[in-house]
Amino acid sequence: MQVNESWKPTIVAFCCNWCSYAGADLSGTNRLNYPANVKIIRIPCSCRLNPMFILRAFQRGADGVILCGCHPGDCHYTTGNYYARRRMTLLFSLLDYLGIEKERTRVEWVSAAEGAKFAAVMNDFVATVTALGENKRLEDLRCKQD
Amino acid sequence: MQRIGVFVCWCGSNIAATVDVEKVAQVLAKEPGVVFSTDYQYMCSEAGQNLIIDAIKEHGLTGVVICSCSPRMHEATFRKTVQKAGLNPYMLEIANIREQCSWIHKDKEQATEKAVILGRAAIAKVHLNAPLTAGQSPVTKRALVIGGGIAGIQTALDIADAGFAVDIVEKKPTIGGKMTQIDKTFPTLDCAACILTPKMVDAAQNENIDIFAYAEVEKVQGFVGNFTVTIRKKARYVNPDLCTGCGLCTEKCPQKKAPNEFNLGLDNRRAIYIPFAQAVPKIATIDADYCTMLKTGKCGVCSKVCTAGAIDYKQQDELVTREYGAIVVATGFEPINVEPYGEFAYKQSPDVVTSLEFERLMNAAGPTGGTLLRPSDKTHPHTLVFVQCVGSRCDGDTRGKSYCSKICCMYTAKHAMLCREKYPDTEVYVFYIDVRTPGKNFDEFYRRAVEEYGVHYIKGMVGKVVPENGKLKVQASDLLENRQLHIDADMVVLAAAIEPDKSARPLATMLTASMDTNDFFTEAHPKLRPVESPTAGIFLSGACQGPKDIPETVAQASAAAAKVIGLLAKDHMTCNPCVARPDELMCNGCSACEKVCPYGAIHYEDKEFRGPNRTMLLRRVAQVNPAVCQGCGACTVACPSGAMDLLGFSNQQIMAEVDAICK
Amino acid sequence: MEQKKMSEKIREITGINPRKCMKCGKCSATCPAYEEMEYHPHQFVAMIERDAIEELMESKAIWNCLSCMACVERCPRGVEPGKLVEAARQLVTRQQGGNYLLPDDIPARLDGDLPQQALVSALRKFTR
Repeated sequence: MQVNESWKPTIVAFCCNWCSYAGADLSGTNRLNYPANVKIIRIPCSCRLNPMFILRAFQRGADGVILCGCHPGDCHYTTGNYYARRRMTLLFSLLDYLGIEKERTRVEWVSAAEGAKFAAVMNDFVATVTALGENKRLEDLRCKQD
Repeated sequence: MQRIGVFVCWCGSNIAATVDVEKVAQVLAKEPGVVFSTDYQYMCSEAGQNLIIDAIKEHGLTGVVICSCSPRMHEATFRKTVQKAGLNPYMLEIANIREQCSWIHKDKEQATEKAVILGRAAIAKVHLNAPLTAGQSPVTKRALVIGGGIAGIQTALDIADAGFAVDIVEKKPTIGGKMTQIDKTFPTLDCAACILTPKMVDAAQNENIDIFAYAEVEKVQGFVGNFTVTIRKKARYVNPDLCTGCGLCTEKCPQKKAPNEFNLGLDNRRAIYIPFAQAVPKIATIDADYCTMLKTGKCGVCSKVCTAGAIDYKQQDELVTREYGAIVVATGFEPINVEPYGEFAYKQSPDVVTSLEFERLMNAAGPTGGTLLRPSDKTHPHTLVFVQCVGSRCDGDTRGKSYCSKICCMYTAKHAMLCREKYPDTEVYVFYIDVRTPGKNFDEFYRRAVEEYGVHYIKGMVGKVVPENGKLKVQASDLLENRQLHIDADMVVLAAAIEPDKSARPLATMLTASMDTNDFFTEAHPKLRPVESPTAGIFLSGACQGPKDIPETVAQASAAAAKVIGLLAKDHMTCNPCVARPDELMCNGCSACEKVCPYGAIHYEDKEFRGPNRTMLLRRVAQVNPAVCQGCGACTVACPSGAMDLLGFSNQQIMAEVDAICK
Repeated sequence: MEQKKMSEKIREITGINPRKCMKCGKCSATCPAYEEMEYHPHQFVAMIERDAIEELMESKAIWNCLSCMACVERCPRGVEPGKLVEAARQLVTRQQGGNYLLPDDIPARLDGDLPQQALVSALRKFTR
């Protein structure tokens, strides 16, 4: 695959309001850098993440999607992250079947106190997706035009 | 079409230094629906807020996007602002361009581009926002305090004084906690028991306080204002209503081999026991692990001697369920196990003790009656070595606790001073890395230990302790003199790091309160909300939140009480309006949402719908109780027909954000 | 500059970050060869931190270190000064280029009472 030096992947990060979103804030407070192509969407809980959102992101040209939730056992809503874990396991194998590499999707547990972990995860994920190159598999060109 | 206003905040130079705020405002002004766009130095200031209010009124805005710091910081502030201007507070979205943009990116061009995209996503979302009205739920006017140490007692007393009912749940047979085991308190050297036990009695006598001693929290349900808690009252095998606390049974019990946890196992107690003379409640407890009667069915001495007939070998654990409006966590701390630090020979020699054990050895109610004697041969020690930072300030992953345990410097100075005062013939060495004594009269106290009492403070660490011929050979370094020291000590005292109580982790899971990597409870804001957990209705008191000495613990306990009183004083709580809502026409009544709801907020109703040809159809549809729903959104994803949606985070809104980001 | 380079080399070989040291002195407290050295384990770390490599390499201390690794075991911060000494020795031997000890010479010098650890340490010290 031809690697374009200046190309930067589009990464959508869904973050649970109670842990990872606060963790992302903490990595900001501590000035821990991660690439600017990570854009965070706040959701109330990892279990709010509808698989539709991930499909939509890939359809619209995202190159990687990551979900960050509370550590197992620490969910603010008791069990939400367990649902998320099961749903994502299923979805990711479906996406893999559709030809979207497993590395483009990821679930990470980041607590509100783990600012450093958040930055490290994002750096790693961006590097992984950058190495994979652009994602064209699900991209809907009709969406691109508007 | 919404009329949207965009407000880009500089946050002084926090945002403006790395994000071209003017450009962001200009670019976002061209987005569809945006009728007003500006930037300002401090949006959260009064002038900034007035600017927003004026713009809303002047331009007839229906939606507001503020590009500023994290919504966790000022969302509530700005919601109030837009409300003042007559807008629904939920017609506001915040683009986080400080914590998640300007602070993490160095390149101005990149940061500006990202800020624009984040702003765009917020605009896309606000297009789909709808006015939301928060519902109300009643507040149960009773608080639960978990842990009956000085923190829990102080919190309970303060809440009770304000006229609200409080329950204390304590897992040990008596309240009082760690402070009961302490001899004297720094820096005043007043006796811990003399200041604590009156408070314990106050708590017991207060009409508003119920004490569940020897009990544990079993289950927590509900949410702020409406918790339902199940408490397990462990079987004491003694009827608390009949026991007078005379203590006769504890003298006659033939089983004398149970380790006395009050003295940290330095001596033994009977199988039936009252932890100490001032215990509250003063009721005997049978230790089922040691009681011969409970184990073999043959004994019954305590039952025979008890004139009150309080002994009940058939007693079972009892579950009590109560309703609370607020829960205070005051689970406190434990010293760490120092056995893994083999170099200090804690396991090999009984004369190597932890500081809390030393506290018992100096205490008049302790195993030696207050005379300092070596545990091994009960002789008077002449040379004592204190080692600081055992397990504190270590490499957190491999060697121990990464934090400073905060209290050790002061209690070690206290021990050294008391030792020299009581026994002037002793030589006392304190090995320190740093002496940390910030606090009122704390450094003066430490200097007194050195100057008046002649305690030898040595900058360095103890490398190893070897028990040999009844002595403890201590090898240590003196960094200032640059030499190695060899001391023949009689006793070595280890200032063990402190860690949260073991019960804290499972409790945090029950309460859905968050913890840090060291299992200390996290506060809602490290500076501005230090006694509240991020989970509404859960408050933090004392060392469960981080290492603290007694004055700090009491201060935080009262602060937590003030917060609880503020909550209980309300008759109603405003609920989170971002709750699930089903589209009844799409709902097929499959119950998938009901099954995943952790709060039982969803039930089903049969409703009539208009069918074709003037027929009426009876259909089973989901209903959400907005007062119970917490807005996690699990049901929205479980719903196969897409009927369930979450207000404030609707499918369409999140999709719009995704689209804006991926454009 | 040369000093700085070598100090970096040592940091690279050992993977040690001397900035992690909190100067508690536990390494020197635990060291059994303390009296035999003019510099002590906690000083090794300080010397690497201020790039005083020559001093360290010229010292007798690095050859008197027993390589018992007690300081590595006990360091609360995981700084592991013993490894620094090992690396400094390696640098010296590399600079001198020659082997001090040939494997064939070893049997003749063997002392039955010598602890195994000292033997291994000697091999590290005197061979390339």
